[in-house]
Amino acid sequence: MTKQIHLAAHFPGVNSTTVWSDPASGSQIDFESFRHLARTAERGRFDFFFLAEGLRLREAKGRIHDLDVVGRPESLTVLAALAAVTTHLGLAATVNSTFNEPYEVARRLASLDHLSGGRAAWNVVTSFDAFTGENFRRGGFLDESDRYSRAKEFLETARELWDSWAPDAVAADPEAGRFLRPGGVTAFRHQGRHFDISGLFNVPRGPQGHPVIIQAGDSDEGREFAASSADVIFSRHSRLEEGRAFYRDVKRRLAAYGRRPEDLKILPAVTYVLGDTEAEAAERAAEIRRAQVGPQQAIYFLEAVWGRDLSAYDPDGPLPDVEPDLDEGVSRGHAAFRRDRGELVAKWRALAEEKNLSIRELAIEVSAPQTFIGTPRTVADEIDHFVQTDAADGFIFVPHLTPGGLDELVDKVVPLLQEKGVFRAEYTGPTLRDHLGLAHRDPALSEPAAPVPAPRTKENR
Amino acid sequence: MTLHLAVALDGAGWHPAAWRAEGARPDRLFTLAYWADLVAEAERGLLDFVTFEDALGLQSTRLNEPDERLDQVRGRLDAVLIASGVAPLTSRIGLVPTTGTTHTEPFHVAIGIASLDHISGGRAGWRPQVSGRPDHAAHFGRRVLPPLDFSDRADPAFTRHVAGLLGEAADAVEVVRRLWDSWEDDAEIRDVATGRFVDREKLHYIDFQGDWFSVKGPSITPRPPQGQPLVTSLAHDRQPYEFAARASDVVYVTPRDREDASAVVEQVREAEAATGRAGPPLKVFADLVVFLETGGAADRKARLDDLDGGEFVSDAHVFTGTPEALAGLLLSWREAGLDGFRLRPGELPRDLVAITRGLVPELRAAGAFRTAYDTGDLRGRLGLPRPANRYATAS
Repeated sequence: MTKQIHLAAHFPGVNSTTVWSDPASGSQIDFESFRHLARTAERGRFDFFFLAEGLRLREAKGRIHDLDVVGRPESLTVLAALAAVTTHLGLAATVNSTFNEPYEVARRLASLDHLSGGRAAWNVVTSFDAFTGENFRRGGFLDESDRYSRAKEFLETARELWDSWAPDAVAADPEAGRFLRPGGVTAFRHQGRHFDISGLFNVPRGPQGHPVIIQAGDSDEGREFAASSADVIFSRHSRLEEGRAFYRDVKRRLAAYGRRPEDLKILPAVTYVLGDTEAEAAERAAEIRRAQVGPQQAIYFLEAVWGRDLSAYDPDGPLPDVEPDLDEGVSRGHAAFRRDRGELVAKWRALAEEKNLSIRELAIEVSAPQTFIGTPRTVADEIDHFVQTDAADGFIFVPHLTPGGLDELVDKVVPLLQEKGVFRAEYTGPTLRDHLGLAHRDPALSEPAAPVPAPRTKENR
Repeated sequence: MTLHLAVALDGAGWHPAAWRAEGARPDRLFTLAYWADLVAEAERGLLDFVTFEDALGLQSTRLNEPDERLDQVRGRLDAVLIASGVAPLTSRIGLVPTTGTTHTEPFHVAIGIASLDHISGGRAGWRPQVSGRPDHAAHFGRRVLPPLDFSDRADPAFTRHVAGLLGEAADAVEVVRRLWDSWEDDAEIRDVATGRFVDREKLHYIDFQGDWFSVKGPSITPRPPQGQPLVTSLAHDRQPYEFAARASDVVYVTPRDREDASAVVEQVREAEAATGRAGPPLKVFADLVVFLETGGAADRKARLDDLDGGEFVSDAHVFTGTPEALAGLLLSWREAGLDGFRLRPGELPRDLVAITRGLVPELRAAGAFRTAYDTGDLRGRLGLPRPANRYATAS
């Protein structure tokens, strides 16, 4: 059977994909930019719009990293405003489970679900770094080995809070003088390793029951967490073969949790560049890569691996002859290189030698390449091929421009996918769970949410 | 000079039986359309701003624990998110959500309110609120708070407890204000030649260290359009007056009558002197719960009291009467040195509509209320200047 494709849009924000130097690049903070991108995604009948998060400005060499976009608004606040200017588009917020508490996150997500009429999603991330912790009351309290156990327990606790209101708890019956149905709200009590909390939740159950849960971790633990608890995986495996391997691996883990393969959608993050011909697309892609990796970014990119100040080197010259300092981590506040940096340097040197690459050319070659490059027709075919051959269930597109970065995709590629019959021409339901083909988390439909039923207290008789 | 007029929105209105009144929309309380309609009505009346109540626990008639009542509104949506959802659907009115200072991270509040200010084009305010409730503290499991006992306000234990909560709140406001200033207005430079998006000399660590927490900074969100969104707080007593004098731009007070209003204003000014407040004096707004109607407002309130099974009482003066009489009262109380009023509609939307279509024309007829919005932001509307950035160095 032909699979239906799912599409999402990532706001072009604080990352090295976003090109801010282009004259067409608009504000990264004005609401108009968010409105334009979200409305474009909705015009393209996308499943959802995605916002990333970073709770401390990134630093390199002890100073604020100034080469990429810096600064962003608070995700949920922006998404609540977007709820007012869109009607069907899912609204996905990245919210850290380390520097938040379940009661607040659960109520903010349930609030967004109400305000948007059932369109909220939560990308559950964890961080364990003391660096980000310096902005928060508790500081860097979490050990790396505990980050998934905290994230897991955080999500379980949030689900207990959402489940503590029955779907029909609000009677709002003036005749009977009954605002709440008796027994509609039950007290929660969660006692675990990370949280020991009890009381009454104060937001009625949202239209989706639970918001859609997104997970992005790639480690074995992360995949297991996603298989047990997530509705969507934001994957980084955007190439065909590795995508298929990842897809197989994650989908096979689902059975152990009593879940079907279609209960978890795998959406790799991808970029795209279009042209009227293949050659024109390739040329544009090369231009964009040069804009993404300017001379300063190229040096910065290498410094993160070398662990050294390389500012004295010419970005258009050969690779640094100096050996990397493997003891020194240079860059903080974003994903560290986990691979052996010494090995990486050797590999890059060989590559630069072979192809005669300068520092900048090497950085362009080895840092995040574009995914789909071609005419609208070839890109549409390729997207479909990925999905039909189980390398993905769809994609999260990361445009390189704010706010116009989705326009071409929606105007030129989406209609072709619709023509093929592999992507919706109209939304078929109001909620994000509808778009993703996921069941609503109603108590009657879901597994028992908590091992022990929450006790009913005298307050709720 | 125009009188300043704000409306406090909460649930179906401030009377606990308001949701049962004719015209109430209790089944719509948890939708964006409900709030958008109310704020649009307030904007049609050219009001200065609306506030949104919030708390990290279920409403209760009891001070320290949940109650068992099923006949009153229970449950509420996050106030910052309601305000933000309303922002694109309105254009001029100020939006002032409540957040807690006792359990909520100041960093999250700072970026949330800053974002609201960006989204609304300079219409954001904030009402920080302490939570001394032990049941709310149990929702977080991070600290145990003793029950609050208001029966003996002179008790040193009570005073100490309140001083602790307010001291922590003052630190939270200080952190939030510093974070708002942690980006200079022109920090974003997009200098293609040097490849720099920002001038990092214009981003500042706030390095706050206090008794309750420390926060490094800078914010992740650029400086809000207003520089400093409007900070407002409710106060009934000396300690909270001093908190307001340290932390706020606007203070809501609850005088019983005209004479009391004079006394309260005097106490606010004393608190300003005692705390060495610098910058513009506090704008003092009196809070009133209002039931407005041409004939029958008192009966209407009495019917609601019957439904609820007891007389509605409030920390604020409860006014029942005609819009004309309320206009007279406001103009008289204003003579006590009040800058404005925050009206708490007894019933929504009914008493809000009575404010915008009844009270406002009365005030306007007396030359005491604006006939059009100015072009400025929320601070400007209240006559407050855009503050200089504390971290900016004169160049």
